[in-house]
Amino acid sequence: MTDVVSLLLPMFAGAPLLVGGILLALPRQHTVRSVLGMVSLLAMLAGAVLLVVLTADGTVIAHQVALWPGGISIPFVADLFASLVLTVTSILAVVSFQYMIASREARSPSIASFVLILAGGVAGALLTGDLFNLFVFIEVMLLPSYGLLLVLSRQGDLGGARLYVTVNLLASTLFLGGVGLIYAVEGTVNLAELAGAAVDNPATAVAAAVCLGAIAVKAAVFPVHGWLARTYVVTSPAVTALFSGLHTKVAIYVIYRIYAVVFDGDATWLVIALVITSLTMVIGVFGAMGEPTMRSILVFHMVSQIGYILVGVGLFTQLGLTAGIFYLLHHMIVKASLFLSTGAIEQTYGSGRLDQLGGMRTREPLITAAFVIAALSLAGLPPFSGFVAKFSLILATIDAGQVIVGIVAIAVSLFTLLSMLKIWAAVFNGKLPQDSERRAAEARVRETAGLLDDEPVEAAAVDAEMQAVRERHDTARAGESDDDTHDHHGPRVPLRLALPALQLAAITVCLGIGAEFLLGLSEQAAAGLIDTTDYVVAVIGQ
Amino acid sequence: MSLALTIGLLMGAGIYLVLQRGMMRIIFGFILLTHAINLLLIASGGVARRDAPFFGGDTSQAADPLPQAFVLTAIVIAFSITVVMATFAAIGRRDDDTEPDSLTPADLGDEGEEVRS
Repeated sequence: MTDVVSLLLPMFAGAPLLVGGILLALPRQHTVRSVLGMVSLLAMLAGAVLLVVLTADGTVIAHQVALWPGGISIPFVADLFASLVLTVTSILAVVSFQYMIASREARSPSIASFVLILAGGVAGALLTGDLFNLFVFIEVMLLPSYGLLLVLSRQGDLGGARLYVTVNLLASTLFLGGVGLIYAVEGTVNLAELAGAAVDNPATAVAAAVCLGAIAVKAAVFPVHGWLARTYVVTSPAVTALFSGLHTKVAIYVIYRIYAVVFDGDATWLVIALVITSLTMVIGVFGAMGEPTMRSILVFHMVSQIGYILVGVGLFTQLGLTAGIFYLLHHMIVKASLFLSTGAIEQTYGSGRLDQLGGMRTREPLITAAFVIAALSLAGLPPFSGFVAKFSLILATIDAGQVIVGIVAIAVSLFTLLSMLKIWAAVFNGKLPQDSERRAAEARVRETAGLLDDEPVEAAAVDAEMQAVRERHDTARAGESDDDTHDHHGPRVPLRLALPALQLAAITVCLGIGAEFLLGLSEQAAAGLIDTTDYVVAVIGQ
Repeated sequence: MSLALTIGLLMGAGIYLVLQRGMMRIIFGFILLTHAINLLLIASGGVARRDAPFFGGDTSQAADPLPQAFVLTAIVIAFSITVVMATFAAIGRRDDDTEPDSLTPADLGDEGEEVRS
């Protein structure tokens, strides 16, 4: 079984790329594209789950591409850590694509291909055992992302999209420079051959630090986090959810992997990591305070949460890594759920600004449920997965003697809760502003006409759309009694847009109640990072 | 030494251009930066050994093929990304700071609108 699967490892990257390319040849059949895209992503999810099952006991599956001997070929390696991250990224790809189909964004000719190529690139980046190949797969991830960002952006201002390309390209260039330096010092870029190299040779440590610095830009770690909040807000909510789960988290995965393998968890540099991660936690949560829209608040919280996740690598104890890996998996799901639930509101009501929304508590019970669950989980309240993640992380900091980091983590989670309450008070409580109905109608007119947000719309068309919605609504509610005091005019979030966020919220509840299961897996994955012998033996065979 | 100086010069010029306003200058900056990195990759394999490993060449003096493969890949990727960035520059409408401040947005026109539909 393991042999067959190891032969198929490169297909995790190859198959989505192939299907993505084929789908580009079907510009008219958007149903076919959606179905094929969804089937491929589900197949990838199934494959990832299979990998988790096979590696759950600590086995490392490796495949040498073209069957060259280990050390010469490009290896594909799946250990439990990679398999777990791959599973959750596949879940996010499936759910985000489901949202894109529901919001009709997937009808645009290239979207299904972009999502598949992105998923293929992510799988490649997670499974590759070669630093240069990692660079290539990161570029494979980025190219479709530029497309998604641009095609699904409704903003006339391209500033955010350009910033995204520039920052990511600069980081990739720097990373490639680091890879070149490592090759110059060690004569190899095979991760398994580089095991422990940075401890033996300070020059390798410097070269690998260039790589880590470049990847830290992509992970949006303080002080290089500024681009995130300006770029993730310019595109469609589904794309933000997809990126939040895939891009920054793959970068975090790479940081964990490089530090565990190349630096062998060297304790000398951990203090720097802990200072940076604590600052990231604090700066992110304070940055969220002045933000005017739901999405920009959530993006700043992402920065803060990235700090939490990297505390795991900053401690580099068994307990710390376990907590960090659990946190990473939990965070990907919860954050995407929040982006999708607030995104459904944003797309239905035509605005994501706190001051232009209100009263969702009575209008949108499903979205409210999804938001409350995910928001409380993000803040770290039981019985959701966020509680387990934060509790184990704080226990790990105390266990490692880093009490200050633990205190920072607790204080920051209080501020996180405060931010979630701010969104709750502004968007879910209170009343929907009078002009909201008009704004929603305007958003729909723009969407049908394909106009950008800074282009003028005809007032008459908006009036007609508002009238049409009212009439449709009155016929639908003709038989119902009129004794309830709330304002029920205007459109609601359709069930199909609410479902993706609800599914992810359900996962965080399950992970919270059945945390023992995932904690066990995270512990095994952490053990694989602390003792990398199995990884090295599986790749170069000695 | 000349290689190191060239890499440093390209890197410095590239960073200077990337920090400028306007997409075109940033693109030119990245072209220089990727050249610098490509030279760095070539240098990482050692440039003293230059013989071909066939046609009777001395294999102990043969050039290291792996960095050359790296550079080939990197050139292709850099080329495709330059094209993507050029697209970003071309479809920019009212928000590119390439023009002098004396021009108002109305002077610039709205080309490229059909590209985005």
